[in-house]
Amino acid sequence: MSTTAMEFDPRIQEAQVLPPPHWVEGHPSLAQITDDIARPMEGRPGKGWWICFGIACLGLLDLVGMVTWLIAKGIGVWGLNNSVGWAFDITNFVFWIGIGHAGTLISAILLLFRQQWRTSINRSAEAMTIFAVMCAGLFPAIHMGRPWDAFFIFPYFPNQRGPLWVNFRSPLVWDVVAISTYFTISLVFWYLGMVPDLATLRDRAKGGIKKFIFRVLSLGWNGSHRTWARYEITSLVLAGLATPLVLSVHSIVSMDFATSLVPGWHTTIFPPYFVAGAIYSGFGMVLTLLIITRQTMHLERYITMQHLDKMAKVTMFTGMIVSYAYATEFFSAWYGGNLYERYHFINRATGPYAWCFYLMVLCNVITPQMLWPRKIRSSVAALFIVSILVNIGMWFERFVIIVVSLHRAFLPSGWGMFYPTKIDVGVLVGSFGLFFTCFLLFIRFLPMIAMWEIRGVAGHGAYKMALSSDDDEEQKQEEAVIA
Amino acid sequence: MRRTFLIATFSDGDRLVKAVETVRSYNFSVYDVYSPYPVHGLDEAMGLRRTRLPWITLLVGAFGTTLALTFQFYTSVLDWPLNVGGKPDNSTLAWVPICFELTVLLGGLSIFFALLVRARLYPGKKEQLAAEGVTNDTFALVLRKKDSAFDMKYARELLEQSGADEVKVREAEL
Repeated sequence: MSTTAMEFDPRIQEAQVLPPPHWVEGHPSLAQITDDIARPMEGRPGKGWWICFGIACLGLLDLVGMVTWLIAKGIGVWGLNNSVGWAFDITNFVFWIGIGHAGTLISAILLLFRQQWRTSINRSAEAMTIFAVMCAGLFPAIHMGRPWDAFFIFPYFPNQRGPLWVNFRSPLVWDVVAISTYFTISLVFWYLGMVPDLATLRDRAKGGIKKFIFRVLSLGWNGSHRTWARYEITSLVLAGLATPLVLSVHSIVSMDFATSLVPGWHTTIFPPYFVAGAIYSGFGMVLTLLIITRQTMHLERYITMQHLDKMAKVTMFTGMIVSYAYATEFFSAWYGGNLYERYHFINRATGPYAWCFYLMVLCNVITPQMLWPRKIRSSVAALFIVSILVNIGMWFERFVIIVVSLHRAFLPSGWGMFYPTKIDVGVLVGSFGLFFTCFLLFIRFLPMIAMWEIRGVAGHGAYKMALSSDDDEEQKQEEAVIA
Repeated sequence: MRRTFLIATFSDGDRLVKAVETVRSYNFSVYDVYSPYPVHGLDEAMGLRRTRLPWITLLVGAFGTTLALTFQFYTSVLDWPLNVGGKPDNSTLAWVPICFELTVLLGGLSIFFALLVRARLYPGKKEQLAAEGVTNDTFALVLRKKDSAFDMKYARELLEQSGADEVKVREAEL
């Protein structure tokens, strides 16, 4: 359309001043927003929080005990054997690292796309990323057998191994670099986003240790617009860096498998398939966490049904990408004509671990299809169940990829079975303990909703003026008609 | 160093933008504006230049790429060449992931620290607030009395007319 038509077509001009949809219910004032979000941190936590925290601490205690036992005895206490050298440990690693991806998607990619619905959920999603990456990093470290030598995976000076260096051609080394970069950048992004809110909390604190801590953390922030201008550009640059970073991280994780020759692993579809799966599982976890916090912290006004609806749609979409990837894998195995590859997929669907495969299909292919009707997307209970199923399904997907591929790889003489031991299960449960302990402490002590971003989208910005002037005109017209 | 400031507070972001435009059109220079969230339209109203911080990311990021590339070349080709699966010592393609990660890592950290240095933010800094509530629900427009040529009375009138809730003269370190 030419510019003249743009100027003269009243419909187009009207469309341009339409306000964006509201992502906060009601029209809370600026002080009300601060109050609503900061108050849960200032009072005593409710019963619900204490119960959740108690359970999470038990999980953490279990993790500490299990890992201590593991390090004392060696990884023989796991069910690993010569055929299946990677099992629960690496499954948990890929599971947790995938969970983190939704946080970066929400905080960085949706920022670049200017999706305002991210504002209420980005902070907790980023926190989830950080805690999930912490859980993920634990597994390769304890899987090493000699975790006290874990620093060997980094090149360092002075090099005490003579001039022998790490093998930079190995995807395992790429993985170490990718995940430490991902953790660092996510941490910086999360912290930087929190600085203005920490300043708000500092100014609300009456004194004492609380004020001191918030003063140290808020870096002397005083709301200067010259700083805000630089701050917004910095956030944008960090988001621009985090976007390709998050895609690279899970691609590299998938290369840990794809660059080997094991049937079921050696395929080019892995990087996009893993990234889609990561976002799918991450959104499942975001839904679980936000539904819990929404109910226990009474933040229904800020985490609205619209937010849950959007997240459900992303879950459904990425779920379909994952389903498509499953189908493609089977097709390639048949069409590619490689004997071992073909056997692997027959074994996946009919072998001793077939139940894991069907559970995965049930959770990752069929469950997201439930999200088509609006009725299900607008029911908190239904969404909560779906989100749990997604989490279960994605854990089993990694189990199927890792264990089912390894247990019958090439020659039948090398086949074996993997049976998890109590320690295997204990470490998995314990990692959830670590994750939820961190998350519950976070929602208790730090602003779990970005107050300053909510202020910007709650109808106090430049759009309000356009709105109110429209209202005035309408009112005048109505008055004229009445007269 | 304590200096004299004229501080006007507002309870509305839009009125603040209007006030900044008015004050500047009367040739007063705005010292700074303090707000609880980044108010859109203020950059233009204050006539701020776009920050040059992203250039630091570009430069340090490029340094990261170079560092990763040369380091991997040094270790795998010069210092201790090791035959792994018959692949060439100089496997440049295999080094791309680490080059990328180091670019992102150093680029991201550099802009974060550059922001802190440029905006003079550091842990434990004592906050200098222009008015109470600028981190909650108050917006403040601050003019600085540089010399005796600054027409305090006129500035005050202008600010009051543009809808300020309160206009105060304050000696402060902002």
